Amino acid sequence: MQTHPAASPPPSAQGGGSAREPVLRLSGITKRFGPLVANDAISFELMRGEVIALLGENGAGKTTLMNILFGHYVADEGTVEAFGAPLRPGDPKAALEAGIGMVHQHFTLADNMTVVENIALGTEPLWRPRFELGAARARIRALSADFGLFVDPDSTIAALTVGERQRVEILKALYRDARILILDEPTAVLTPGETEALFGTLKLLVAKGLSIIFISHKLAEVMAVSDRVLVLRAGRLAGERVTAASGRAELAALMVGQEVVSPPVAPLRGGAPLLVLREVSTGGRGTGARLDRVTLTLRAGEITGLAGVSGNGQSALAGVVAGTEIPTTGEIEIAGRVVSVWSPRAALDLGIGRIPEDRHAVGTIGDMSVAENVISEQYRSPRFARHGLLDWAAARAFAEEIIRDYDVKCPSPDARIRLLSGGNMQKLILGRALDPEPRIILANQPTRGLDVGAVSYVHRRLLEARERGAAILLISEDLEEIMALSDRIVVMSRGRLSGASARGERTIAQLGELMAGHQGEAAA
Amino acid sequence: MRLEPKPAPPLAILLLYPLGAIVATLVFVSFLVLAAGASPFSVIWLVARGAAGSQFAALETLTRATPLIFTGLAVAVAFRAKLWNIGAEAQLYAGGIVTVVLGTGALPLPQPVLLPVIAIAAMAAGALLLLGPALLKTRFGVDEVVTTLLLNFVVLLFVSMLLEGPLKDPTGLGWPQSSKVVADAQLPRIVTGKRLHYGFVLALAAAVATWVVMKKTVLGYEMRAVGHNPQAARFAGIPVDTVLLKTALLSGGLAALAGFSEVAGLKGNLTLDLSPGYGYSGIVVAMLAMLNPLGVVAAAIFVAGIFVGADAMSRSAGVPSYIADVVVATALLTMVTAILLSRYRVRWR
Repeated sequence: MQTHPAASPPPSAQGGGSAREPVLRLSGITKRFGPLVANDAISFELMRGEVIALLGENGAGKTTLMNILFGHYVADEGTVEAFGAPLRPGDPKAALEAGIGMVHQHFTLADNMTVVENIALGTEPLWRPRFELGAARARIRALSADFGLFVDPDSTIAALTVGERQRVEILKALYRDARILILDEPTAVLTPGETEALFGTLKLLVAKGLSIIFISHKLAEVMAVSDRVLVLRAGRLAGERVTAASGRAELAALMVGQEVVSPPVAPLRGGAPLLVLREVSTGGRGTGARLDRVTLTLRAGEITGLAGVSGNGQSALAGVVAGTEIPTTGEIEIAGRVVSVWSPRAALDLGIGRIPEDRHAVGTIGDMSVAENVISEQYRSPRFARHGLLDWAAARAFAEEIIRDYDVKCPSPDARIRLLSGGNMQKLILGRALDPEPRIILANQPTRGLDVGAVSYVHRRLLEARERGAAILLISEDLEEIMALSDRIVVMSRGRLSGASARGERTIAQLGELMAGHQGEAAA
Repeated sequence: MRLEPKPAPPLAILLLYPLGAIVATLVFVSFLVLAAGASPFSVIWLVARGAAGSQFAALETLTRATPLIFTGLAVAVAFRAKLWNIGAEAQLYAGGIVTVVLGTGALPLPQPVLLPVIAIAAMAAGALLLLGPALLKTRFGVDEVVTTLLLNFVVLLFVSMLLEGPLKDPTGLGWPQSSKVVADAQLPRIVTGKRLHYGFVLALAAAVATWVVMKKTVLGYEMRAVGHNPQAARFAGIPVDTVLLKTALLSGGLAALAGFSEVAGLKGNLTLDLSPGYGYSGIVVAMLAMLNPLGVVAAAIFVAGIFVGADAMSRSAGVPSYIADVVVATALLTMVTAILLSRYRVRWR
């Protein structure tokens, strides 16, 4: 099962001495959750000074594998060796001591403390009366300079941009002498410019002999940054390719087990304005999180793409459209009528279908069944309720209908929805939102964390809705997705919207500038 | 050690978890009994016999279980919607006050009309008492644990004031007690000459009705959705605040029925010891029942049996009857553990 390619040295193994020694060896890692095999006999080696990309659909087992590596889970079978010595399973401390550092997708930083405090936290003995931060500060400055990770050590985390916070996470790992760095979806929160900077840093790190595992589902990034790609599919190692000798189409096919065709988008003429926001502002904490006099028109048969770095007000805008956020000023007009009462119920009643950003916290009720979840937006309709009594037979039938029509893999309508994978959960949410044929659709990060197969499925469904005349607002951090689907693109930065541009009018770089637009001022 | 979620086991297996919890409780308590110098087996036997070994014992257990069923249901309903009603004790007394006020001759109605009228009025009083904390929670975010808990003391002092003043029994030789309710305002006894009364039947009916509400109705669905994930419930258009207020009304009403049933069925009058903490024990009962309304009946009978049995046991074995409190407390802990184990798998490293 040892499948590492001895041939063809990685293209970016520039210097760093003997690059061909394995620093990490996973042998036959198997992990089961009940009947589900999350990792099935996975073996690979990571070489010194190498960047491996771990590519795979959601539920393919990437995160499980990394959690085993980092000691959060214990493998049922198989062993991990770091630098030739077996790694004690189930102990994150052992992983840290062996020189493995992990940068999680969601940062683990204390907002009210400074950079240096965050980094030194946990490395200092507890019984010492106070932190000796001078030495730590000097070391952090040195590391910053070496690897282009510029950040003020005495700034509090709260004052930093998302990109800077990620640098702190990487510094934290380096401070603990990490020789192997695991990055979990590191670009999800970055602007294109910040992503470029991150890739520059990664090149410096491998040049110094560090090894990197880069987890991603974005093919373009995997192609740009990695030496070797491991593709996981359904818990198995579906393939291993030297990046330079492979192509995007091949990798995508490996991921889903079939060729992926991006959906053809037929040009449509936008119809009547179905939803108009006029000079809408919202309250709330944080300057980036609220809307500042936003005007936006969604037209029938048109997908409007909203691009932006996360945390710039997209959530507030999504909240306004979904009915969960009430504007402090401005007006909402739906199909020509200004709404007076605004709530999630009102939004649903006026024909807005909503796909929320966070399917676990907002989209579903984890401890309730699939049937109970799919009726949550319609349970009061005569279809499901009579005289205050719920018709569970109708609810289960509806759930089975969605399971069938939306190709959801789930044991039964009675299964707790928590036990479903992210992709299947999203398909259920999609079915729930699209079943009443809404004329306006809010799709907030509809494909985040989904595999290529599920992504193209969601895209197809959204395009179908567009063809039947729905007005769609697509909010995504994935610029490629926005550019592939949207008829018009608007960019949000610090709570304000740029003017709309038609399909193909602006390049990625131009959109990236708009996304970063006001951020430059804030950081200065 | 870590926990991993697992699919729910079938019902037959699920029922083994509470049984396991009870066995574990008996094992733990056996050590205490040994320390007290008695044989665990004989003590368990004596408790069981004291709780169910004779017609008298069994009826006494059911009598004691009656208020616990009501308060257990009140807590189960509220906790299901994550409305932390710690004030069932106060709502019980509110029901008792109304029963005494209306039942001592104020309403000249025949028994078949009078009893339902009093019961409904009692429920309304308990419901309104919990509505206040619920409104404070939904409007201003005031923690209902604090407000409902403190209201218990407020209401008890209020009862004390009533019993020293307007409701004081003129023939009571100065004791802080109210007059007895009239005969038509009394719940009949199920077995002549024994203490078990029709309040127990009412409690069973309330349990079934609550079960139907939770499982079959729109309101029950809303309550469970709000309890499991208020954010998702709100997003889906479920009126979270309204649901919490309705939950408060239902929960407060159920707890007040305990007071109605104790006064109209058993005591006949209102005293400061109408409840030896039934409101608090209701929390234990609801947790033992895993918040299932039908399970509340079984849990209430179990808890009542422990208390009744322990009284009998302490007389013959010389082990203090406080052991009953230890048993119930331990059962709560083992039960919470059992619930956890029924949903999660424990991995040791």
